[in-house]
Amino acid sequence: MSAPAILAQGLKRDFGGVAVLAGVDLTVEAGELLVLLGPNGAGKTTLLRVLATLLRPSGGTLRLFGEDASQRPPAARRRLGHVGHESACYPDLTGRENLEFYAALYDVPDAADRIAELLRWTGLEPAARRPVRVYSRGMAQRLALARALLHGPELLLLDEPFSGLDPAAVLRLQTLLAELRRAGHAIVLSTHDVERVAAVATRVAILHRGRIAWTRQGVADAVVLAASYEAVVTGRA
Amino acid sequence: MWRGVLAILRKDLRIEWRTKESLAGFVVLGVLLVVIFSVALDPAPADAPRLAPSVLWAAFVFTGLLGIQRGFVLERENDCLGGVLASPIDPATLYLGKLATNIVLLAVMQALVVPLVGVLLHAQLGTVLPALLLVLFLGNLGFASLATLFAAMTVRARAREVMLPVLLLPLLVPVLIGGVKATEAVLRGGFGAAAGALGVLVAFDAIFVVAGVLLFEQVIRD
Repeated sequence: MSAPAILAQGLKRDFGGVAVLAGVDLTVEAGELLVLLGPNGAGKTTLLRVLATLLRPSGGTLRLFGEDASQRPPAARRRLGHVGHESACYPDLTGRENLEFYAALYDVPDAADRIAELLRWTGLEPAARRPVRVYSRGMAQRLALARALLHGPELLLLDEPFSGLDPAAVLRLQTLLAELRRAGHAIVLSTHDVERVAAVATRVAILHRGRIAWTRQGVADAVVLAASYEAVVTGRA
Repeated sequence: MWRGVLAILRKDLRIEWRTKESLAGFVVLGVLLVVIFSVALDPAPADAPRLAPSVLWAAFVFTGLLGIQRGFVLERENDCLGGVLASPIDPATLYLGKLATNIVLLAVMQALVVPLVGVLLHAQLGTVLPALLLVLFLGNLGFASLATLFAAMTVRARAREVMLPVLLLPLLVPVLIGGVKATEAVLRGGFGAAAGALGVLVAFDAIFVVAGVLLFEQVIRD
Protein backbone atom coordinates (compact mmCIF):
# COMPACT_ATOMS: atom_id res chain seq x y z
CA MET A 1 0.00 0.00 0.00
CA SER A 2 1.39 3.43 -0.93
CA ALA A 3 2.00 6.13 1.67
CA PRO A 4 -0.74 8.73 2.14
CA ALA A 5 -0.33 11.94 0.18
CA ILE A 6 -0.43 13.86 3.47
CA LEU A 7 0.28 12.60 6.94
CA ALA A 8 0.38 15.44 9.47
CA GLN A 9 0.65 14.87 13.20
CA GLY A 10 0.43 17.65 15.75
CA LEU A 11 1.28 20.25 13.14
CA LYS A 12 1.90 23.66 14.68
CA ARG A 13 2.82 27.05 13.33
CA ASP A 14 3.04 30.34 15.09
CA PHE A 15 3.81 33.86 13.97
CA GLY A 16 5.60 36.00 16.53
CA GLY A 17 4.39 33.83 19.39
CA VAL A 18 0.77 33.74 18.18
CA ALA A 19 -0.28 30.15 17.47
CA VAL A 20 -2.10 29.89 14.15
CA LEU A 21 -1.92 26.10 13.91
CA ALA A 22 -2.17 24.53 17.33
CA GLY A 23 -1.73 20.83 16.55
CA VAL A 24 -3.35 19.68 13.32
CA ASP A 25 -3.66 15.94 12.73
CA LEU A 26 -4.54 15.15 9.15
CA THR A 27 -4.28 12.23 6.76
CA VAL A 28 -5.22 12.56 3.12
CA GLU A 29 -5.10 9.54 0.85
CA ALA A 30 -5.02 9.33 -2.93
CA GLY A 31 -8.50 9.75 -4.41
CA GLU A 32 -9.73 11.93 -1.54
CA LEU A 33 -11.08 15.44 -1.83
CA LEU A 34 -10.88 17.09 1.55
CA VAL A 35 -12.63 20.39 2.00
CA LEU A 36 -11.35 22.65 4.75
CA LEU A 37 -13.92 25.01 6.14
CA GLY A 38 -13.30 27.60 8.78
CA PRO A 39 -13.85 31.23 9.68
CA ASN A 40 -11.36 33.94 8.77
CA GLY A 41 -8.19 33.49 10.79
CA ALA A 42 -8.84 29.82 11.47
CA GLY A 43 -5.49 28.93 9.88
CA LYS A 44 -6.65 27.48 6.54
CA THR A 45 -4.17 29.44 4.43
CA THR A 46 -1.34 28.78 6.87
CA LEU A 47 -2.12 25.07 6.87
CA LEU A 48 -2.13 24.93 3.06
CA ARG A 49 1.17 26.85 2.90
CA VAL A 50 2.74 24.47 5.41
CA LEU A 51 1.45 21.50 3.38
CA ALA A 52 2.93 23.10 0.24
CA THR A 53 6.31 23.35 2.08
CA LEU A 54 6.21 27.14 1.76
CA LEU A 55 6.13 27.61 5.53
CA ARG A 56 8.12 25.66 8.07
CA PRO A 57 5.98 24.14 10.81
CA SER A 58 6.89 25.25 14.33
CA GLY A 59 6.13 21.79 15.66
CA GLY A 60 4.73 18.39 14.79
CA THR A 61 5.58 16.22 11.82
CA LEU A 62 4.54 16.31 8.18
CA ARG A 63 5.11 13.58 5.66
CA LEU A 64 4.23 14.04 1.99
CA PHE A 65 3.99 10.79 0.02
CA GLY A 66 5.88 9.18 2.88
CA GLU A 67 8.79 11.64 2.78
CA ASP A 68 9.69 13.96 5.64
CA ALA A 69 8.52 17.39 4.42
CA SER A 70 10.91 19.28 6.71
CA GLN A 71 13.63 18.37 4.20
CA ARG A 72 11.47 19.86 1.38
CA PRO A 73 12.14 16.84 -0.84
CA PRO A 74 12.07 17.95 -4.50
CA ALA A 75 10.44 14.65 -5.47
CA ALA A 76 7.48 15.37 -3.17
CA ARG A 77 7.24 18.99 -4.36
CA ARG A 78 7.14 17.75 -7.94
CA ARG A 79 4.03 15.78 -7.01
CA LEU A 80 2.09 18.70 -5.54
CA GLY A 81 0.40 21.75 -7.01
CA HIS A 82 -0.57 24.77 -4.93
CA VAL A 83 -2.88 27.67 -5.66
CA GLY A 84 -2.78 30.38 -3.02
CA HIS A 85 -4.68 33.61 -2.66
CA GLU A 86 -2.56 35.14 -5.41
CA SER A 87 -1.86 33.75 -8.85
CA ALA A 88 1.94 33.42 -8.53
CA CYS A 89 2.08 34.67 -12.13
CA TYR A 90 4.31 37.54 -13.25
CA PRO A 91 2.21 40.57 -14.26
CA ASP A 92 4.64 41.65 -17.01
CA LEU A 93 4.67 38.26 -18.71
CA THR A 94 1.82 36.94 -20.82
CA GLY A 95 -0.29 34.04 -19.63
CA ARG A 96 1.51 31.68 -22.00
CA GLU A 97 4.97 32.94 -20.96
CA ASN A 98 4.09 32.36 -17.31
CA LEU A 99 3.10 28.78 -18.05
CA GLU A 100 6.27 28.27 -20.14
CA PHE A 101 8.36 29.50 -17.24
CA TYR A 102 6.75 27.15 -14.73
CA ALA A 103 6.88 24.29 -17.23
CA ALA A 104 10.66 24.78 -17.37
CA LEU A 105 10.91 24.74 -13.56
CA TYR A 106 8.90 21.50 -13.37
CA ASP A 107 10.62 20.06 -16.44
CA VAL A 108 7.25 19.26 -18.02
CA PRO A 109 7.56 16.95 -21.03
CA ASP A 110 5.80 18.13 -24.22
CA ALA A 111 5.28 21.47 -22.50
CA ALA A 112 3.86 23.26 -25.55
CA ASP A 113 1.05 20.71 -25.94
CA ARG A 114 0.30 20.69 -22.23
CA ILE A 115 0.17 24.50 -22.12
CA ALA A 116 -2.15 24.61 -25.15
CA GLU A 117 -4.42 22.02 -23.51
CA LEU A 118 -4.62 23.98 -20.24
CA LEU A 119 -5.17 27.30 -21.97
CA ARG A 120 -8.05 25.70 -23.84
CA TRP A 121 -9.45 24.17 -20.65
CA THR A 122 -9.31 27.46 -18.76
CA GLY A 123 -10.75 29.41 -21.69
CA LEU A 124 -7.68 31.65 -21.71
CA GLU A 125 -6.57 30.93 -25.28
CA PRO A 126 -7.68 34.34 -26.63
CA ALA A 127 -5.87 36.11 -23.77
CA ALA A 128 -2.75 33.94 -23.80
CA ARG A 129 -0.63 36.63 -25.47
CA ARG A 130 -1.76 39.42 -23.18
CA PRO A 131 0.24 40.39 -20.09
CA VAL A 132 -1.21 39.08 -16.86
CA ARG A 133 -1.34 42.66 -15.58
CA VAL A 134 -4.48 43.24 -17.68
CA TYR A 135 -6.22 40.00 -16.60
CA SER A 136 -9.37 40.20 -14.52
CA ARG A 137 -9.44 38.49 -11.10
CA GLY A 138 -11.24 35.51 -12.59
CA MET A 139 -8.78 35.18 -15.49
CA ALA A 140 -5.83 35.34 -13.10
CA GLN A 141 -7.43 32.66 -10.94
CA ARG A 142 -7.93 30.41 -13.97
CA LEU A 143 -4.31 30.95 -14.99
CA ALA A 144 -3.22 30.06 -11.44
CA LEU A 145 -5.16 26.81 -11.72
CA ALA A 146 -3.54 26.07 -15.07
CA ARG A 147 -0.14 26.74 -13.50
CA ALA A 148 -0.84 24.38 -10.62
CA LEU A 149 -2.07 21.63 -12.95
CA LEU A 150 0.74 22.00 -15.48
CA HIS A 151 2.85 19.11 -14.21
CA GLY A 152 -0.08 16.80 -13.42
CA PRO A 153 0.31 16.88 -9.63
CA GLU A 154 -0.94 13.97 -7.54
CA LEU A 155 -1.73 16.31 -4.65
CA LEU A 156 -3.55 19.59 -5.25
CA LEU A 157 -3.70 22.26 -2.54
CA LEU A 158 -6.22 24.95 -3.40
CA ASP A 159 -6.86 28.01 -1.27
CA GLU A 160 -10.26 29.48 -2.08
CA PRO A 161 -10.14 28.25 -5.69
CA PHE A 162 -13.66 29.41 -6.51
CA SER A 163 -13.08 33.06 -5.64
CA GLY A 164 -13.36 35.33 -8.64
CA LEU A 165 -14.64 32.61 -10.98
CA ASP A 166 -17.79 33.10 -13.01
CA PRO A 167 -20.50 30.39 -12.85
CA ALA A 168 -19.23 28.62 -15.99
CA ALA A 169 -15.69 28.49 -14.63
CA VAL A 170 -16.98 27.25 -11.27
CA LEU A 171 -18.77 24.43 -13.03
CA ARG A 172 -15.65 23.58 -15.05
CA LEU A 173 -13.56 23.54 -11.89
CA GLN A 174 -16.07 21.34 -10.07
CA THR A 175 -16.05 18.91 -12.99
CA LEU A 176 -12.25 18.92 -13.11
CA LEU A 177 -11.94 18.32 -9.38
CA ALA A 178 -14.33 15.37 -9.61
CA GLU A 179 -12.34 13.97 -12.58
CA LEU A 180 -9.01 14.39 -10.79
CA ARG A 181 -10.35 12.74 -7.66
CA ARG A 182 -11.71 9.80 -9.64
CA ALA A 183 -8.31 9.48 -11.32
CA GLY A 184 -6.73 9.02 -7.89
CA HIS A 185 -5.42 12.51 -7.16
CA ALA A 186 -5.59 13.79 -3.61
CA ILE A 187 -7.09 17.26 -3.25
CA VAL A 188 -7.29 19.61 -0.29
CA LEU A 189 -9.20 22.81 -0.78
CA SER A 190 -10.22 25.58 1.55
CA THR A 191 -13.34 27.61 1.06
CA HIS A 192 -16.10 29.56 2.76
CA ASP A 193 -18.55 28.47 0.10
CA VAL A 194 -20.17 25.33 1.49
CA GLU A 195 -22.67 24.93 -1.35
CA ARG A 196 -20.04 24.82 -4.09
CA VAL A 197 -18.01 22.05 -2.48
CA ALA A 198 -20.70 19.85 -1.00
CA ALA A 199 -21.16 18.12 -4.34
CA VAL A 200 -17.49 17.23 -4.91
CA ALA A 201 -16.11 16.59 -1.40
CA THR A 202 -15.34 13.13 -0.05
CA ARG A 203 -14.55 14.53 3.39
CA VAL A 204 -15.15 17.83 5.08
CA ALA A 205 -13.18 19.21 8.01
CA ILE A 206 -13.72 22.37 9.97
CA LEU A 207 -10.59 24.14 11.11
CA HIS A 208 -11.20 26.27 14.16
CA ARG A 209 -8.65 27.96 16.41
CA GLY A 210 -5.79 26.11 14.73
CA ARG A 211 -7.17 22.59 15.10
CA ILE A 212 -9.40 20.27 13.14
CA ALA A 213 -12.51 20.75 15.26
CA TRP A 214 -14.97 18.65 13.24
CA THR A 215 -14.72 16.18 10.39
CA ARG A 216 -17.19 14.16 8.39
CA GLN A 217 -16.59 11.40 5.88
CA GLY A 218 -18.55 11.16 2.65
CA VAL A 219 -20.42 13.54 0.41
CA ALA A 220 -22.11 16.00 2.72
CA ASP A 221 -25.43 17.76 2.35
CA ALA A 222 -24.97 21.53 2.16
CA VAL A 223 -27.60 22.20 4.81
CA VAL A 224 -26.05 19.71 7.26
CA LEU A 225 -22.62 21.21 6.59
CA ALA A 226 -23.81 24.74 7.17
CA ALA A 227 -25.47 23.74 10.45
CA SER A 228 -22.35 21.88 11.65
CA TYR A 229 -20.16 24.81 10.69
CA GLU A 230 -22.33 27.21 12.62
CA ALA A 231 -22.32 24.93 15.65
CA VAL A 232 -18.52 24.48 15.66
CA VAL A 233 -17.71 28.12 15.12
CA THR A 234 -20.15 29.36 17.74
CA GLY A 235 -19.00 26.66 20.18
CA ARG A 236 -22.26 24.73 20.30
CA ALA A 237 -20.87 21.55 18.76
CA MET B 1 19.77 22.86 -11.92
CA TRP B 2 21.14 24.80 -14.93
CA ARG B 3 17.86 24.47 -16.79
CA GLY B 4 16.17 26.22 -13.86
CA VAL B 5 18.89 28.90 -13.70
CA LEU B 6 18.43 29.59 -17.42
CA ALA B 7 14.64 29.70 -17.07
CA ILE B 8 14.92 32.30 -14.28
CA LEU B 9 17.51 34.33 -16.20
CA ARG B 10 15.40 34.28 -19.37
CA LYS B 11 12.25 35.23 -17.46
CA ASP B 12 13.96 38.10 -15.60
CA LEU B 13 15.57 39.50 -18.74
CA ARG B 14 12.27 39.28 -20.61
CA ILE B 15 10.52 41.24 -17.84
CA GLU B 16 13.39 43.73 -17.77
CA TRP B 17 13.26 44.14 -21.54
CA ARG B 18 9.55 44.99 -21.25
CA THR B 19 9.60 47.22 -18.20
CA LYS B 20 13.20 48.56 -18.27
CA GLU B 21 12.71 49.39 -14.60
CA SER B 22 16.09 48.20 -13.27
CA LEU B 23 18.05 49.11 -16.36
CA ALA B 24 16.71 52.65 -16.56
CA GLY B 25 17.75 53.24 -12.95
CA PHE B 26 21.12 51.55 -13.48
CA VAL B 27 22.03 53.54 -16.55
CA VAL B 28 20.74 56.96 -15.55
CA LEU B 29 22.24 56.81 -12.06
CA GLY B 30 25.53 55.35 -13.34
CA VAL B 31 25.96 58.11 -15.91
CA LEU B 32 24.93 60.81 -13.43
CA LEU B 33 27.35 59.61 -10.76
CA VAL B 34 30.28 59.51 -13.17
CA VAL B 35 29.50 62.99 -14.46
CA ILE B 36 29.06 64.38 -10.93
CA PHE B 37 32.31 62.82 -9.69
CA SER B 38 34.20 64.12 -12.72
CA VAL B 39 32.84 67.64 -12.32
CA ALA B 40 33.18 67.72 -8.52
CA LEU B 41 36.77 66.41 -8.46
CA ASP B 42 37.74 68.45 -11.54
CA PRO B 43 41.18 66.82 -11.85
CA ALA B 44 44.01 68.11 -14.02
CA PRO B 45 44.24 66.02 -17.23
CA ALA B 46 47.47 64.41 -16.02
CA ASP B 47 45.91 63.32 -12.69
CA ALA B 48 42.53 62.30 -14.04
CA PRO B 49 43.34 58.66 -15.02
CA ARG B 50 44.46 58.02 -11.45
CA LEU B 51 40.91 58.73 -10.26
CA ALA B 52 39.22 56.49 -12.82
CA PRO B 53 39.22 53.22 -10.77
CA SER B 54 37.66 54.75 -7.66
CA VAL B 55 35.09 56.72 -9.67
CA LEU B 56 34.17 53.58 -11.62
CA TRP B 57 33.69 51.36 -8.58
CA ALA B 58 31.85 53.97 -6.53
CA ALA B 59 29.44 54.38 -9.45
CA PHE B 60 29.01 50.60 -9.86
CA VAL B 61 28.29 50.00 -6.19
CA PHE B 62 25.76 52.80 -5.70
CA THR B 63 24.05 52.02 -8.99
CA GLY B 64 23.99 48.31 -8.26
CA LEU B 65 22.41 48.87 -4.85
CA LEU B 66 19.54 50.66 -6.52
CA GLY B 67 18.84 48.07 -9.19
CA ILE B 68 19.47 44.76 -7.49
CA GLN B 69 16.62 44.99 -5.02
CA ARG B 70 14.14 45.24 -7.87
CA GLY B 71 14.78 41.61 -8.84
CA PHE B 72 13.19 40.35 -5.64
CA VAL B 73 10.51 43.00 -5.48
CA LEU B 74 9.07 41.61 -8.71
CA GLU B 75 9.08 38.11 -7.17
CA ARG B 76 6.83 39.40 -4.40
CA GLU B 77 4.15 40.66 -6.79
CA ASN B 78 1.30 38.12 -6.91
CA ASP B 79 3.37 35.90 -4.57
CA CYS B 80 5.44 34.65 -7.51
CA LEU B 81 8.14 33.74 -5.02
CA GLY B 82 5.71 31.24 -3.49
CA GLY B 83 5.10 29.71 -6.92
CA VAL B 84 8.83 29.33 -7.55
CA LEU B 85 9.62 27.98 -4.08
CA ALA B 86 6.80 25.43 -4.28
CA SER B 87 8.36 24.05 -7.47
CA PRO B 88 10.93 21.25 -7.27
CA ILE B 89 13.90 23.49 -8.00
CA ASP B 90 16.53 23.91 -5.32
CA PRO B 91 16.49 27.41 -3.76
CA ALA B 92 20.13 27.68 -4.87
CA THR B 93 18.82 27.56 -8.46
CA LEU B 94 16.76 30.68 -7.79
CA TYR B 95 19.80 32.33 -6.22
CA LEU B 96 22.03 31.53 -9.20
CA GLY B 97 19.35 32.65 -11.65
CA LYS B 98 18.99 35.99 -9.88
CA LEU B 99 22.77 36.32 -9.63
CA ALA B 100 23.10 35.75 -13.38
CA THR B 101 20.42 38.37 -14.08
CA ASN B 102 22.16 40.92 -11.86
CA ILE B 103 25.52 40.30 -13.51
CA VAL B 104 23.99 40.83 -16.96
CA LEU B 105 22.28 44.08 -15.87
CA LEU B 106 25.48 45.38 -14.25
CA ALA B 107 27.40 44.55 -17.41
CA VAL B 108 24.92 46.48 -19.57
CA MET B 109 25.25 49.49 -17.29
CA GLN B 110 29.03 49.24 -17.37
CA ALA B 111 29.03 49.09 -21.16
CA LEU B 112 27.83 52.71 -21.03
CA VAL B 113 29.56 53.95 -17.90
CA VAL B 114 33.09 52.64 -18.56
CA PRO B 115 33.57 54.45 -21.92
CA LEU B 116 32.16 57.58 -20.31
CA VAL B 117 34.78 57.38 -17.56
CA GLY B 118 37.41 56.85 -20.26
CA VAL B 119 36.35 60.07 -21.96
CA LEU B 120 35.79 62.26 -18.88
CA LEU B 121 38.86 61.09 -16.96
CA HIS B 122 41.17 60.60 -19.96
CA ALA B 123 41.79 56.93 -19.14
CA GLN B 124 43.29 54.85 -21.95
CA LEU B 125 41.00 51.84 -21.91
CA GLY B 126 41.42 50.47 -25.42
CA THR B 127 44.79 48.77 -24.93
CA VAL B 128 43.87 47.10 -21.63
CA LEU B 129 40.29 46.18 -22.50
CA PRO B 130 40.51 42.35 -22.12
CA ALA B 131 42.12 42.67 -18.68
CA LEU B 132 39.64 45.37 -17.67
CA LEU B 133 36.71 43.18 -18.76
CA LEU B 134 38.03 40.36 -16.57
CA VAL B 135 38.33 42.72 -13.58
CA LEU B 136 34.81 44.00 -14.17
CA PHE B 137 33.41 40.48 -14.43
CA LEU B 138 35.10 39.35 -11.22
CA GLY B 139 34.04 42.54 -9.42
CA ASN B 140 30.47 42.14 -10.65
CA LEU B 141 30.42 38.52 -9.51
CA GLY B 142 31.59 39.42 -6.00
CA PHE B 143 29.26 42.40 -5.72
CA ALA B 144 26.21 40.64 -7.17
CA SER B 145 26.70 37.42 -5.18
CA LEU B 146 26.55 39.31 -1.89
CA ALA B 147 23.96 41.86 -3.02
CA THR B 148 21.62 39.13 -4.34
CA LEU B 149 21.73 37.33 -0.98
CA PHE B 150 21.08 40.52 0.99
CA ALA B 151 18.38 41.73 -1.40
CA ALA B 152 16.54 38.46 -0.74
CA MET B 153 17.06 38.93 2.98
CA THR B 154 15.67 42.46 3.06
CA VAL B 155 12.89 42.16 0.50
CA ARG B 156 10.23 41.51 3.17
CA ALA B 157 11.44 44.43 5.31
CA ARG B 158 9.48 47.64 5.27
CA ALA B 159 12.60 49.84 5.22
CA ARG B 160 14.40 47.64 2.68
CA GLU B 161 15.79 50.58 0.67
CA VAL B 162 17.70 51.71 3.77
CA MET B 163 18.50 48.28 5.18
CA LEU B 164 20.13 46.89 2.05
CA PRO B 165 22.99 49.43 1.85
CA VAL B 166 23.43 49.48 5.65
CA LEU B 167 23.87 45.71 5.81
CA LEU B 168 25.67 45.24 2.53
CA LEU B 169 28.22 48.05 2.25
CA PRO B 170 30.46 46.98 5.16
CA LEU B 171 30.68 43.45 3.75
CA LEU B 172 31.42 44.75 0.27
CA VAL B 173 34.61 46.48 1.37
CA PRO B 174 36.93 43.61 0.34
CA VAL B 175 35.39 43.40 -3.14
CA LEU B 176 35.46 47.15 -3.50
CA ILE B 177 39.11 47.41 -2.49
CA GLY B 178 39.98 44.42 -4.67
CA GLY B 179 38.12 45.94 -7.63
CA VAL B 180 39.76 49.35 -7.28
CA LYS B 181 43.25 47.87 -6.83
CA ALA B 182 42.82 45.49 -9.77
CA THR B 183 41.48 48.27 -12.01
CA GLU B 184 44.37 50.55 -11.03
CA ALA B 185 46.88 47.81 -11.77
CA VAL B 186 45.25 46.97 -15.11
CA LEU B 187 45.21 50.62 -16.22
CA ARG B 188 48.86 50.89 -15.22
CA GLY B 189 50.27 47.74 -16.73
CA GLY B 190 47.68 45.22 -17.98
CA PHE B 191 47.24 41.62 -16.84
CA GLY B 192 50.67 41.12 -15.34
CA ALA B 193 50.43 44.05 -12.94
CA ALA B 194 46.97 42.99 -11.76
CA ALA B 195 47.71 39.35 -10.89
CA GLY B 196 47.78 39.88 -7.10
CA ALA B 197 44.61 41.98 -6.99
CA LEU B 198 42.82 39.55 -9.32
CA GLY B 199 43.71 36.71 -6.95
CA VAL B 200 42.08 38.61 -4.07
CA LEU B 201 38.94 39.19 -6.16
CA VAL B 202 38.74 35.52 -7.17
CA ALA B 203 39.09 34.43 -3.53
CA PHE B 204 36.30 36.74 -2.34
CA ASP B 205 34.10 35.75 -5.28
CA ALA B 206 34.46 32.09 -4.36
CA ILE B 207 33.63 32.76 -0.70
CA PHE B 208 30.63 34.94 -1.47
CA VAL B 209 29.13 32.66 -4.14
CA VAL B 210 29.47 29.56 -1.96
CA ALA B 211 27.99 31.45 1.02
CA GLY B 212 25.10 32.63 -1.17
CA VAL B 213 24.34 29.13 -2.45
CA LEU B 214 24.46 27.65 1.06
CA LEU B 215 22.58 30.39 2.90
CA PHE B 216 19.94 31.34 0.36
CA GLU B 217 17.33 28.80 1.47
CA GLN B 218 17.54 30.02 5.08
CA VAL B 219 17.16 33.60 3.90
CA ILE B 220 14.32 33.20 1.47
CA ARG B 221 11.96 30.83 3.29
CA ASP B 222 9.53 31.92 6.00
